[in-house]
Amino acid sequence: MTDIQNGSRLSLVWTNAVLPVLGAVVAVGLWWLLTIVLHIDPFYVPSPPDVVDSFLRTPTYLLSETWITLQRVLIGFGIAAVCGLLIAVVLAASRTVERMAMPLLAAVNAVPKVALAPLLLVWMGFGNSPKIVMVVLVSFFPIVVSTMAGLTSTPADLRELARSLSASWWQTFVKVRLSWALPQVFVGLKVATPLAIIGAVIGEVVNPDHGLGSVIVGSGASSDTPLAFAALVLLAVTGVVLFYFVAVIERGLVPWARAIAS
Amino acid sequence: MITVSAASRTFKGKSGRVEALKDINLTVGDGEFMAVIGRSGCGKSTLLRMIAGLIKPTGGEVSIAGNRVVAPRRDVAMVFQRPALLPWRSVQDNVLLPVEIFRWRRSQHYDRAQQLLEMTGLAGFRKRLPHELSGGMQQRVSLCRALIQNPKVMLMDEPFSALDALTREELAVELQRIHMELGTTIVFVTHSIQEAVLLADRVAVLSARPGQLRQIVKIDIPRPRSFGHNAHLEQVADASAALHQLLLTEVHLPNTPPATRV
Repeated sequence: MTDIQNGSRLSLVWTNAVLPVLGAVVAVGLWWLLTIVLHIDPFYVPSPPDVVDSFLRTPTYLLSETWITLQRVLIGFGIAAVCGLLIAVVLAASRTVERMAMPLLAAVNAVPKVALAPLLLVWMGFGNSPKIVMVVLVSFFPIVVSTMAGLTSTPADLRELARSLSASWWQTFVKVRLSWALPQVFVGLKVATPLAIIGAVIGEVVNPDHGLGSVIVGSGASSDTPLAFAALVLLAVTGVVLFYFVAVIERGLVPWARAIAS
Repeated sequence: MITVSAASRTFKGKSGRVEALKDINLTVGDGEFMAVIGRSGCGKSTLLRMIAGLIKPTGGEVSIAGNRVVAPRRDVAMVFQRPALLPWRSVQDNVLLPVEIFRWRRSQHYDRAQQLLEMTGLAGFRKRLPHELSGGMQQRVSLCRALIQNPKVMLMDEPFSALDALTREELAVELQRIHMELGTTIVFVTHSIQEAVLLADRVAVLSARPGQLRQIVKIDIPRPRSFGHNAHLEQVADASAALHQLLLTEVHLPNTPPATRV
Protein backbone atom coordinates (compact mmCIF):
# COMPACT_ATOMS: atom_id res chain seq x y z
CA MET A 1 0.00 0.00 0.00
CA THR A 2 1.28 3.50 -0.68
CA ASP A 3 1.76 6.04 2.04
CA ILE A 4 -0.99 8.52 2.44
CA GLN A 5 0.34 11.78 1.08
CA ASN A 6 0.62 13.94 4.10
CA GLY A 7 0.22 17.63 4.02
CA SER A 8 -1.90 20.33 2.71
CA ARG A 9 -1.45 22.00 -0.65
CA LEU A 10 0.88 24.39 1.15
CA SER A 11 3.40 21.76 2.18
CA LEU A 12 3.34 20.26 -1.32
CA VAL A 13 4.08 23.67 -2.83
CA TRP A 14 6.83 24.08 -0.24
CA THR A 15 8.64 20.85 -1.08
CA ASN A 16 8.19 20.88 -4.83
CA ALA A 17 8.57 24.55 -5.74
CA VAL A 18 9.86 26.69 -2.91
CA LEU A 19 12.67 24.45 -1.64
CA PRO A 20 14.38 24.01 -5.04
CA VAL A 21 14.18 27.73 -5.74
CA LEU A 22 15.53 28.41 -2.26
CA GLY A 23 18.42 26.04 -2.97
CA ALA A 24 19.27 27.90 -6.16
CA VAL A 25 19.05 31.26 -4.43
CA VAL A 26 21.37 30.07 -1.66
CA ALA A 27 23.89 28.80 -4.24
CA VAL A 28 23.86 32.06 -6.14
CA GLY A 29 24.18 33.95 -2.87
CA LEU A 30 27.24 31.93 -1.90
CA TRP A 31 28.78 32.55 -5.32
CA TRP A 32 28.23 36.30 -4.91
CA LEU A 33 29.64 36.22 -1.40
CA LEU A 34 32.78 34.43 -2.51
CA THR A 35 33.50 36.84 -5.35
CA ILE A 36 33.25 39.75 -2.91
CA VAL A 37 35.08 38.21 0.02
CA LEU A 38 37.92 36.79 -2.02
CA HIS A 39 38.15 39.90 -4.23
CA ILE A 40 38.03 37.83 -7.39
CA ASP A 41 38.73 39.70 -10.61
CA PRO A 42 35.68 39.62 -12.91
CA PHE A 43 38.02 38.44 -15.63
CA TYR A 44 38.33 35.12 -13.79
CA VAL A 45 35.01 34.68 -12.02
CA PRO A 46 32.36 37.35 -12.56
CA SER A 47 29.89 38.02 -9.78
CA PRO A 48 26.17 37.39 -10.37
CA PRO A 49 25.41 41.08 -11.06
CA ASP A 50 28.17 41.14 -13.75
CA VAL A 51 26.62 38.13 -15.40
CA VAL A 52 23.16 39.65 -15.32
CA ASP A 53 24.52 42.89 -16.80
CA SER A 54 26.20 40.97 -19.58
CA PHE A 55 22.93 39.21 -20.31
CA LEU A 56 20.93 42.41 -20.30
CA ARG A 57 23.30 44.01 -22.79
CA THR A 58 22.18 41.69 -25.58
CA PRO A 59 19.18 39.73 -24.29
CA THR A 60 17.51 38.99 -27.61
CA TYR A 61 20.76 37.85 -29.15
CA LEU A 62 21.48 35.48 -26.27
CA LEU A 63 17.93 34.15 -26.20
CA SER A 64 17.96 33.48 -29.93
CA GLU A 65 21.28 31.67 -29.59
CA THR A 66 19.75 29.64 -26.76
CA TRP A 67 16.84 28.76 -28.98
CA ILE A 68 19.19 27.61 -31.76
CA THR A 69 21.04 25.31 -29.37
CA LEU A 70 17.75 24.08 -27.92
CA GLN A 71 16.41 23.23 -31.37
CA ARG A 72 19.47 21.14 -32.11
CA VAL A 73 19.16 19.41 -28.75
CA LEU A 74 15.48 18.65 -29.21
CA ILE A 75 15.80 17.33 -32.75
CA GLY A 76 18.86 15.27 -31.91
CA PHE A 77 17.31 13.96 -28.71
CA GLY A 78 14.12 13.04 -30.54
CA ILE A 79 16.06 11.09 -33.15
CA ALA A 80 18.19 9.44 -30.47
CA ALA A 81 15.10 8.47 -28.48
CA VAL A 82 13.27 6.95 -31.45
CA CYS A 83 16.32 5.13 -32.85
CA GLY A 84 17.48 4.10 -29.41
CA LEU A 85 14.11 2.61 -28.53
CA LEU A 86 13.81 0.76 -31.83
CA ILE A 87 17.34 -0.63 -31.59
CA ALA A 88 16.71 -1.70 -28.01
CA VAL A 89 13.48 -3.47 -28.96
CA VAL A 90 15.24 -5.38 -31.74
CA LEU A 91 18.15 -6.32 -29.49
CA ALA A 92 15.86 -7.42 -26.67
CA ALA A 93 13.85 -9.54 -29.08
CA SER A 94 16.67 -11.48 -30.67
CA ARG A 95 19.60 -12.96 -28.79
CA THR A 96 21.52 -13.47 -32.03
CA VAL A 97 21.24 -9.87 -33.12
CA GLU A 98 22.10 -8.73 -29.62
CA ARG A 99 25.27 -10.78 -29.47
CA MET A 100 26.32 -9.48 -32.87
CA ALA A 101 25.47 -5.83 -32.40
CA MET A 102 26.29 -5.10 -28.76
CA PRO A 103 30.10 -5.06 -29.09
CA LEU A 104 29.78 -2.68 -32.03
CA LEU A 105 27.52 -0.36 -30.10
CA ALA A 106 29.82 -0.40 -27.11
CA ALA A 107 32.79 0.37 -29.35
CA VAL A 108 31.04 3.31 -30.98
CA ASN A 109 30.07 4.60 -27.57
CA ALA A 110 33.61 4.25 -26.25
CA VAL A 111 35.05 6.60 -28.86
CA PRO A 112 35.23 10.09 -27.32
CA LYS A 113 32.81 12.17 -29.31
CA VAL A 114 35.06 15.20 -29.10
CA ALA A 115 37.44 13.27 -31.34
CA LEU A 116 34.68 12.76 -33.87
CA ALA A 117 33.75 16.43 -34.03
CA PRO A 118 36.44 17.49 -36.54
CA LEU A 119 35.46 14.53 -38.72
CA LEU A 120 31.89 15.75 -38.69
CA LEU A 121 33.19 19.09 -39.94
CA VAL A 122 34.83 17.33 -42.86
CA TRP A 123 31.75 15.21 -43.62
CA MET A 124 28.98 17.68 -43.04
CA GLY A 125 30.53 21.12 -42.89
CA PHE A 126 28.95 23.86 -40.82
CA GLY A 127 25.29 24.29 -40.06
CA ASN A 128 22.81 22.35 -38.01
CA SER A 129 23.42 18.81 -39.25
CA PRO A 130 26.80 18.06 -37.68
CA LYS A 131 25.57 19.39 -34.33
CA ILE A 132 22.43 17.25 -34.48
CA VAL A 133 24.49 14.20 -35.42
CA MET A 134 26.74 14.88 -32.45
CA VAL A 135 23.71 15.08 -30.14
CA VAL A 136 22.45 11.73 -31.43
CA LEU A 137 25.84 10.04 -31.08
CA VAL A 138 26.27 11.20 -27.54
CA SER A 139 22.82 10.50 -26.20
CA PHE A 140 21.53 7.36 -27.86
CA PHE A 141 23.60 4.72 -26.04
CA PRO A 142 22.15 5.29 -22.54
CA ILE A 143 18.69 5.09 -24.07
CA VAL A 144 19.48 1.77 -25.73
CA VAL A 145 21.06 0.26 -22.64
CA SER A 146 18.31 1.35 -20.24
CA THR A 147 15.51 0.28 -22.55
CA MET A 148 17.11 -3.11 -23.03
CA ALA A 149 17.54 -3.51 -19.29
CA GLY A 150 13.87 -2.69 -18.86
CA LEU A 151 12.74 -5.10 -21.55
CA THR A 152 14.76 -7.99 -20.21
CA SER A 153 13.87 -7.48 -16.58
CA THR A 154 10.23 -8.52 -16.74
CA PRO A 155 9.53 -10.40 -13.51
CA ALA A 156 9.22 -14.15 -13.75
CA ASP A 157 5.72 -14.22 -12.31
CA LEU A 158 4.37 -11.90 -15.00
CA ARG A 159 6.07 -13.90 -17.73
CA GLU A 160 4.63 -17.10 -16.32
CA LEU A 161 1.21 -15.50 -16.14
CA ALA A 162 1.40 -14.61 -19.82
CA ARG A 163 2.48 -18.17 -20.67
CA SER A 164 -0.31 -19.67 -18.62
CA LEU A 165 -2.76 -17.55 -20.61
CA SER A 166 -1.15 -18.87 -23.80
CA ALA A 167 -0.39 -15.31 -24.92
CA SER A 168 1.55 -14.94 -28.17
CA TRP A 169 5.04 -13.44 -28.16
CA TRP A 170 3.70 -10.18 -29.51
CA GLN A 171 0.90 -10.00 -26.91
CA THR A 172 3.36 -10.65 -24.10
CA PHE A 173 5.69 -8.02 -25.51
CA VAL A 174 3.10 -5.28 -25.92
CA LYS A 175 0.87 -5.98 -22.92
CA VAL A 176 3.48 -6.92 -20.37
CA ARG A 177 7.11 -6.27 -21.27
CA LEU A 178 6.78 -2.84 -22.84
CA SER A 179 4.84 -1.28 -19.97
CA TRP A 180 7.12 -2.93 -17.45
CA ALA A 181 10.13 -1.40 -19.22
CA LEU A 182 8.77 2.16 -19.20
CA PRO A 183 10.36 3.27 -15.90
CA GLN A 184 13.73 2.07 -17.14
CA VAL A 185 13.17 3.79 -20.49
CA PHE A 186 12.68 7.04 -18.61
CA VAL A 187 15.86 6.48 -16.64
CA GLY A 188 17.67 6.28 -19.96
CA LEU A 189 15.92 9.39 -21.26
CA LYS A 190 16.79 11.35 -18.13
CA VAL A 191 20.43 10.32 -18.36
CA ALA A 192 20.48 11.21 -22.06
CA THR A 193 19.01 14.70 -21.61
CA PRO A 194 22.11 16.41 -20.18
CA LEU A 195 24.26 14.39 -22.58
CA ALA A 196 22.26 15.78 -25.46
CA ILE A 197 23.08 19.30 -24.36
CA ILE A 198 26.74 18.37 -24.00
CA GLY A 199 26.65 16.98 -27.52
CA ALA A 200 25.20 20.16 -28.97
CA VAL A 201 27.73 22.31 -27.17
CA ILE A 202 30.66 20.11 -28.26
CA GLY A 203 29.44 20.44 -31.82
CA GLU A 204 29.15 24.20 -31.49
CA VAL A 205 32.49 24.68 -29.76
CA VAL A 206 34.40 22.67 -32.36
CA ASN A 207 32.52 24.08 -35.35
CA PRO A 208 31.29 27.44 -34.14
CA ASP A 209 28.59 29.15 -36.11
CA HIS A 210 25.54 29.79 -33.97
CA GLY A 211 24.32 28.63 -30.61
CA LEU A 212 25.51 29.00 -27.05
CA GLY A 213 28.65 26.95 -27.62
CA SER A 214 29.71 29.40 -30.31
CA VAL A 215 28.95 32.29 -27.93
CA ILE A 216 31.29 30.77 -25.36
CA VAL A 217 34.05 30.33 -27.96
CA GLY A 218 33.52 33.88 -29.17
CA SER A 219 33.59 35.30 -25.67
CA GLY A 220 36.89 33.53 -25.08
CA ALA A 221 38.30 35.24 -28.14
CA SER A 222 37.23 38.64 -26.81
CA SER A 223 38.07 37.81 -23.14
CA ASP A 224 34.49 38.52 -22.18
CA THR A 225 34.18 36.18 -19.18
CA PRO A 226 30.81 37.52 -17.98
CA LEU A 227 29.37 36.73 -21.40
CA ALA A 228 30.73 33.20 -21.20
CA PHE A 229 29.17 32.81 -17.77
CA ALA A 230 25.88 34.17 -19.05
CA ALA A 231 25.94 31.54 -21.77
CA LEU A 232 26.78 28.85 -19.21
CA VAL A 233 23.90 29.91 -16.99
CA LEU A 234 21.55 29.74 -19.96
CA LEU A 235 22.83 26.27 -20.80
CA ALA A 236 22.34 25.16 -17.21
CA VAL A 237 18.79 26.51 -17.14
CA THR A 238 18.01 24.77 -20.44
CA GLY A 239 19.35 21.52 -19.04
CA VAL A 240 17.31 21.74 -15.87
CA VAL A 241 14.13 22.64 -17.72
CA LEU A 242 14.53 19.73 -20.15
CA PHE A 243 15.29 17.27 -17.37
CA TYR A 244 12.24 18.23 -15.37
CA PHE A 245 10.15 18.20 -18.52
CA VAL A 246 11.06 14.54 -19.04
CA ALA A 247 10.47 13.86 -15.34
CA VAL A 248 6.97 15.36 -15.54
CA ILE A 249 6.11 13.22 -18.56
CA GLU A 250 7.36 10.24 -16.61
CA ARG A 251 5.09 11.07 -13.69
CA GLY A 252 2.18 11.22 -16.08
CA LEU A 253 2.92 8.02 -18.00
CA VAL A 254 4.15 5.76 -15.23
CA PRO A 255 2.45 6.82 -11.99
CA TRP A 256 2.66 3.27 -10.74
CA ALA A 257 6.44 2.98 -10.76
CA ARG A 258 7.06 5.06 -7.66
CA ALA A 259 4.28 3.26 -5.87
CA ILE A 260 5.82 -0.14 -6.41
CA ALA A 261 9.23 1.07 -5.39
CA SER A 262 7.86 2.43 -2.15
CA MET B 1 -11.31 -34.81 -15.78
CA ILE B 2 -7.56 -34.83 -15.08
CA THR B 3 -5.44 -37.94 -15.49
CA VAL B 4 -1.80 -38.08 -14.52
CA SER B 5 -0.24 -41.40 -15.51
CA ALA B 6 3.26 -42.46 -14.58
CA ALA B 7 4.41 -38.86 -14.82
CA SER B 8 8.00 -38.05 -13.97
CA ARG B 9 10.09 -34.97 -14.28
CA THR B 10 13.83 -34.66 -14.06
CA PHE B 11 15.65 -31.34 -14.11
CA LYS B 12 19.21 -30.85 -15.26
CA GLY B 13 20.80 -28.70 -12.60
CA LYS B 14 24.26 -27.24 -12.13
CA SER B 15 25.24 -30.06 -9.83
CA GLY B 16 23.74 -32.91 -11.81
CA ARG B 17 20.29 -34.23 -12.47
CA VAL B 18 17.47 -33.65 -10.00
CA GLU B 19 14.57 -36.05 -10.07
CA ALA B 20 11.75 -33.77 -8.99
CA LEU B 21 8.86 -36.15 -9.59
CA LYS B 22 8.76 -39.88 -10.02
CA ASP B 23 5.97 -42.06 -11.30
CA ILE B 24 2.95 -40.06 -10.22
CA ASN B 25 -0.42 -41.64 -10.86
CA LEU B 26 -3.42 -39.53 -10.07
CA THR B 27 -6.91 -38.86 -11.31
CA VAL B 28 -9.12 -35.92 -10.46
CA GLY B 29 -12.81 -36.22 -11.16
CA ASP B 30 -15.03 -33.59 -12.68
CA GLY B 31 -15.95 -31.00 -10.07
CA GLU B 32 -13.66 -32.54 -7.47
CA PHE B 33 -11.48 -30.49 -5.15
CA MET B 34 -8.10 -32.20 -4.90
CA ALA B 35 -5.47 -30.83 -2.54
CA VAL B 36 -1.84 -31.70 -3.06
CA ILE B 37 0.18 -31.45 0.08
CA GLY B 38 3.80 -32.02 0.90
CA ARG B 39 6.87 -30.41 2.33
CA SER B 40 8.98 -27.89 0.46
CA GLY B 41 10.85 -29.38 -2.43
CA CYS B 42 8.58 -32.38 -2.87
CA GLY B 43 7.65 -31.39 -6.39
CA LYS B 44 4.07 -30.31 -5.86
CA SER B 45 4.52 -27.08 -7.83
CA THR B 46 6.22 -29.07 -10.58
CA LEU B 47 3.25 -31.42 -10.68
CA LEU B 48 0.87 -28.50 -10.94
CA ARG B 49 2.84 -26.92 -13.75
CA MET B 50 2.83 -30.21 -15.62
CA ILE B 51 -0.94 -30.28 -15.42
CA ALA B 52 -1.01 -26.63 -16.53
CA GLY B 53 1.12 -27.38 -19.55
CA LEU B 54 3.88 -25.01 -18.46
CA ILE B 55 6.37 -27.87 -18.06
CA LYS B 56 6.50 -31.10 -20.05
CA PRO B 57 6.86 -34.38 -18.19
CA THR B 58 10.07 -36.25 -18.94
CA GLY B 59 8.17 -39.50 -18.53
CA GLY B 60 4.53 -40.49 -18.59
CA GLU B 61 1.76 -38.13 -19.55
CA VAL B 62 -0.91 -35.79 -18.30
CA SER B 63 -4.31 -35.40 -19.89
CA ILE B 64 -7.30 -33.20 -19.26
CA ALA B 65 -10.77 -34.20 -20.46
CA GLY B 66 -9.19 -36.97 -22.46
CA ASN B 67 -6.78 -34.74 -24.34
CA ARG B 68 -3.08 -34.89 -23.73
CA VAL B 69 -1.66 -31.69 -22.26
CA VAL B 70 1.09 -30.20 -24.44
CA ALA B 71 0.69 -26.50 -23.77
CA PRO B 72 -1.36 -24.19 -21.54
CA ARG B 73 -5.07 -24.45 -22.32
CA ARG B 74 -7.64 -21.71 -22.24
CA ASP B 75 -10.11 -23.74 -20.21
CA VAL B 76 -7.50 -24.27 -17.50
CA ALA B 77 -6.88 -21.27 -15.24
CA MET B 78 -3.96 -20.90 -12.92
CA VAL B 79 -3.64 -18.92 -9.70
CA PHE B 80 -0.12 -18.37 -8.47
CA GLN B 81 1.40 -17.79 -5.08
CA ARG B 82 1.91 -14.15 -5.91
CA PRO B 83 -1.00 -12.24 -7.43
CA ALA B 84 1.00 -11.32 -10.59
CA LEU B 85 -1.22 -8.35 -11.33
CA LEU B 86 -0.08 -5.88 -13.98
CA PRO B 87 0.78 -2.83 -11.86
CA TRP B 88 -0.22 -0.29 -14.50
CA ARG B 89 -3.70 -1.70 -15.00
CA SER B 90 -6.74 -1.09 -12.81
CA VAL B 91 -8.32 -3.97 -10.92
CA GLN B 92 -11.04 -4.20 -13.56
CA ASP B 93 -8.57 -4.26 -16.44
CA ASN B 94 -6.50 -6.87 -14.66
CA VAL B 95 -9.52 -9.11 -14.31
CA LEU B 96 -10.29 -8.62 -18.00
CA LEU B 97 -6.73 -9.46 -19.10
CA PRO B 98 -7.56 -13.04 -20.19
CA VAL B 99 -10.49 -11.71 -22.21
CA GLU B 100 -8.13 -9.40 -24.10
CA ILE B 101 -5.52 -12.07 -24.68
CA PHE B 102 -8.07 -14.61 -25.88
CA ARG B 103 -9.51 -11.88 -28.11
CA TRP B 104 -12.98 -12.35 -26.69
CA ARG B 105 -15.38 -9.44 -26.85
CA ARG B 106 -14.78 -7.24 -23.88
CA SER B 107 -18.35 -5.96 -23.82
CA GLN B 108 -19.69 -9.46 -23.35
CA HIS B 109 -17.49 -10.17 -20.36
CA TYR B 110 -17.65 -6.81 -18.69
CA ASP B 111 -20.72 -7.75 -16.63
CA ARG B 112 -19.19 -11.04 -15.61
CA ALA B 113 -16.13 -9.16 -14.37
CA GLN B 114 -18.32 -6.90 -12.26
CA GLN B 115 -20.15 -9.93 -10.91
CA LEU B 116 -16.94 -11.66 -9.92
CA LEU B 117 -15.61 -8.53 -8.25
CA GLU B 118 -18.83 -8.19 -6.28
CA MET B 119 -18.71 -11.84 -5.30
CA THR B 120 -15.26 -11.35 -3.81
CA GLY B 121 -16.15 -8.06 -2.15
CA LEU B 122 -14.10 -5.85 -4.43
CA ALA B 123 -16.89 -3.98 -6.20
CA GLY B 124 -15.79 -0.57 -4.91
CA PHE B 125 -12.19 -1.08 -6.01
CA ARG B 126 -12.51 -1.76 -9.69
CA LYS B 127 -10.79 1.41 -10.81
CA ARG B 128 -7.96 1.20 -8.30
CA LEU B 129 -4.42 0.23 -9.13
CA PRO B 130 -2.97 -2.94 -7.57
CA HIS B 131 -0.55 -1.11 -5.32
CA GLU B 132 -3.52 0.49 -3.58
CA LEU B 133 -4.80 -2.89 -2.42
CA SER B 134 -3.67 -5.19 0.36
CA GLY B 135 -2.11 -8.57 -0.39
CA GLY B 136 -5.35 -10.40 0.31
CA MET B 137 -7.30 -8.13 -1.98
CA GLN B 138 -4.74 -8.52 -4.76
CA GLN B 139 -5.00 -12.27 -4.47
CA ARG B 140 -8.78 -11.97 -4.72
CA VAL B 141 -8.32 -10.01 -7.94
CA SER B 142 -6.11 -12.75 -9.32
CA LEU B 143 -8.84 -15.23 -8.36
CA CYS B 144 -11.40 -13.21 -10.31
CA ARG B 145 -9.02 -13.09 -13.23
CA ALA B 146 -8.83 -16.88 -13.20
CA LEU B 147 -12.59 -17.25 -12.95
CA ILE B 148 -13.40 -14.95 -15.84
CA GLN B 149 -12.05 -17.59 -18.18
CA ASN B 150 -14.94 -19.83 -17.09
CA PRO B 151 -12.37 -22.53 -16.60
CA LYS B 152 -13.15 -26.23 -16.45
CA VAL B 153 -10.13 -26.64 -14.21
CA MET B 154 -8.50 -24.29 -11.73
CA LEU B 155 -4.93 -24.93 -10.68
CA MET B 156 -3.83 -23.11 -7.57
CA ASP B 157 -0.23 -23.04 -6.42
CA GLU B 158 -0.18 -22.19 -2.71
CA PRO B 159 -2.33 -19.16 -3.48
CA PHE B 160 -2.72 -18.06 0.11
CA SER B 161 0.72 -18.78 1.51
CA ALA B 162 1.96 -15.23 1.05
CA LEU B 163 -0.86 -13.91 3.22
CA ASP B 164 -1.37 -13.59 6.96
CA ALA B 165 -3.19 -16.34 8.82
CA LEU B 166 -6.53 -14.56 9.20
CA THR B 167 -6.71 -13.56 5.55
CA ARG B 168 -5.79 -17.12 4.62
CA GLU B 169 -8.76 -18.47 6.54
CA GLU B 170 -11.05 -15.87 5.05
CA LEU B 171 -10.01 -16.60 1.50
CA ALA B 172 -10.14 -20.35 2.07
CA VAL B 173 -13.77 -20.07 3.16
CA GLU B 174 -14.46 -17.88 0.13
CA LEU B 175 -12.82 -20.39 -2.18
CA GLN B 176 -14.99 -23.14 -0.74
CA ARG B 177 -18.06 -21.06 -1.47
CA ILE B 178 -16.91 -20.43 -5.04
CA HIS B 179 -16.23 -24.12 -5.54
CA MET B 180 -19.66 -25.07 -4.21
CA GLU B 181 -21.29 -22.46 -6.44
CA LEU B 182 -19.44 -23.09 -9.68
CA GLY B 183 -18.49 -26.74 -9.42
CA THR B 184 -15.10 -26.17 -11.07
CA THR B 185 -12.52 -28.93 -10.82
CA ILE B 186 -9.77 -27.58 -8.58
CA VAL B 187 -6.26 -28.82 -7.87
CA PHE B 188 -4.93 -26.92 -4.88
CA VAL B 189 -1.30 -27.14 -3.84
CA THR B 190 -0.62 -26.23 -0.24
CA HIS B 191 1.58 -26.99 2.69
CA SER B 192 -1.18 -26.19 5.16
CA ILE B 193 -2.99 -29.20 6.56
CA GLN B 194 -5.72 -26.91 7.85
CA GLU B 195 -6.50 -25.59 4.37
CA ALA B 196 -6.43 -29.05 2.86
CA VAL B 197 -8.90 -30.39 5.39
CA LEU B 198 -11.23 -27.42 4.98
CA LEU B 199 -11.31 -27.41 1.21
CA ALA B 200 -10.54 -30.79 -0.27
CA ASP B 201 -12.55 -33.85 -1.22
CA ARG B 202 -9.32 -35.79 -1.43
CA VAL B 203 -5.77 -34.96 -0.43
CA ALA B 204 -2.76 -36.31 -2.30
CA VAL B 205 0.26 -36.51 -0.03
CA LEU B 206 3.62 -36.24 -1.74
CA SER B 207 6.93 -37.26 -0.26
CA ALA B 208 10.10 -35.46 -1.15
CA ARG B 209 13.22 -36.09 -3.16
CA PRO B 210 12.19 -37.61 -5.45
CA GLY B 211 8.58 -36.49 -5.30
CA GLN B 212 6.38 -39.55 -5.15
CA LEU B 213 2.75 -40.04 -4.32
CA ARG B 214 2.67 -41.43 -0.85
CA GLN B 215 -1.04 -41.72 -0.26
CA ILE B 216 -4.38 -40.20 -1.13
CA VAL B 217 -6.55 -39.38 1.87
CA LYS B 218 -10.27 -39.00 1.43
CA ILE B 219 -11.91 -36.20 3.42
CA ASP B 220 -15.52 -37.10 4.10
CA ILE B 221 -16.58 -34.13 6.17
CA PRO B 222 -19.90 -32.70 4.98
CA ARG B 223 -19.96 -29.28 3.34
CA PRO B 224 -20.03 -26.38 3.94
CA ARG B 225 -17.06 -26.78 6.25
CA SER B 226 -15.91 -23.98 8.54
CA PHE B 227 -13.40 -23.11 11.19
CA GLY B 228 -15.90 -22.04 13.80
CA HIS B 229 -18.78 -23.76 15.62
CA ASN B 230 -20.55 -26.75 14.06
CA ALA B 231 -17.30 -27.48 12.33
CA HIS B 232 -17.40 -31.26 12.72
CA LEU B 233 -14.35 -30.82 14.83
CA GLU B 234 -13.88 -34.51 15.57
CA GLN B 235 -13.75 -35.43 11.92
CA VAL B 236 -11.50 -32.47 11.18
CA ALA B 237 -9.17 -33.62 13.95
CA ASP B 238 -9.12 -37.16 12.58
CA ALA B 239 -8.32 -36.04 9.08
CA SER B 240 -5.68 -33.58 10.30
CA ALA B 241 -4.08 -36.26 12.43
CA ALA B 242 -3.92 -38.66 9.52
CA LEU B 243 -2.27 -36.02 7.36
CA HIS B 244 0.14 -35.04 10.11
CA GLN B 245 1.11 -38.64 10.47
CA LEU B 246 1.83 -38.93 6.78
CA LEU B 247 3.72 -35.70 6.47
CA LEU B 248 5.75 -35.52 9.60
CA THR B 249 7.00 -39.06 10.02
CA GLU B 250 9.95 -40.48 8.20
CA VAL B 251 9.16 -43.03 5.62
CA HIS B 252 11.14 -45.21 3.29
CA LEU B 253 9.46 -45.38 -0.05
CA PRO B 254 10.66 -48.03 -2.49
CA ASN B 255 13.32 -46.86 -4.94
CA THR B 256 14.36 -43.96 -2.74
CA PRO B 257 18.17 -43.79 -2.59
CA PRO B 258 19.38 -43.61 1.04
CA ALA B 259 21.06 -40.24 0.70
CA THR B 260 17.87 -38.51 -0.37
CA ARG B 261 15.52 -39.75 2.27
CA VAL B 262 13.83 -36.93 4.13
